[in-house]
Amino acid sequence: MADKKTITIAIMDAPYESGRSTTALRLVDLAAKRGYNINVFAYEGAVLQPFAAQKAHPNAVHGRDAEQENHFIPKDAIAALMREAEKNGGKIDWVNCGLCVDERGAIDAIPGVRRGSPADFWQMAEASDNTLVIATR
Amino acid sequence: MWIHGAMKGAGADLAVLLRGNAVNYLVTRQDAGGLAFGDWKQTQPPTIASDLAALAAKGVEVCYVAEDLAERGIERNELINGAQPVARNAVAELVGRYGRVWYW
Repeated sequence: MADKKTITIAIMDAPYESGRSTTALRLVDLAAKRGYNINVFAYEGAVLQPFAAQKAHPNAVHGRDAEQENHFIPKDAIAALMREAEKNGGKIDWVNCGLCVDERGAIDAIPGVRRGSPADFWQMAEASDNTLVIATR
Repeated sequence: MWIHGAMKGAGADLAVLLRGNAVNYLVTRQDAGGLAFGDWKQTQPPTIASDLAALAAKGVEVCYVAEDLAERGIERNELINGAQPVARNAVAELVGRYGRVWYW
């Protein structure tokens, strides 16, 4: 296994709006497979990525019901990533920026997500081997 | 493209013009499969070229800017059947034929 590292990733995009979100989760997946400790600071629209009320839906254009469609749901991907990290001896500490949560009503997040502030991002970055910011456009 | 399929299904009379990097949507040999996060695996990856072919089969005129294809080194024989090239300097005339024009 690679040397255990701690990384911090800051994300800003709301679910479904940008390929940047998928890229961010793919990077987290790689780090989780390596057993890294991964800090995610979700800022602005990204606080909705782990929103617990997300629901799958059917796809009438392609003739698939909800189960067949198996639509990508970010909260489920994030939960899977948390399991993956734990399975490999690491951990994901996902922090939603509290004021961004309040503005958007994104109070209800999946288990394992905690409320925080930019001070958390700073502390995470200070304690990390490296930090990546994936800003919105 | 999905929303165009939905609108066509609701009876809309549509045409699609692909420009810039969107001309890549027409290339048949692309595979977006394999996305996974931990134990979650995507089982229905996007098949955008097939979706465009399906739109064309339903009577939606699917056009693309010819110069945008050439600039990206894509050959016409790599594309779905039924897509129509439009010269860049003919786009204004094409757009003028339609009552509503939406830019996505």
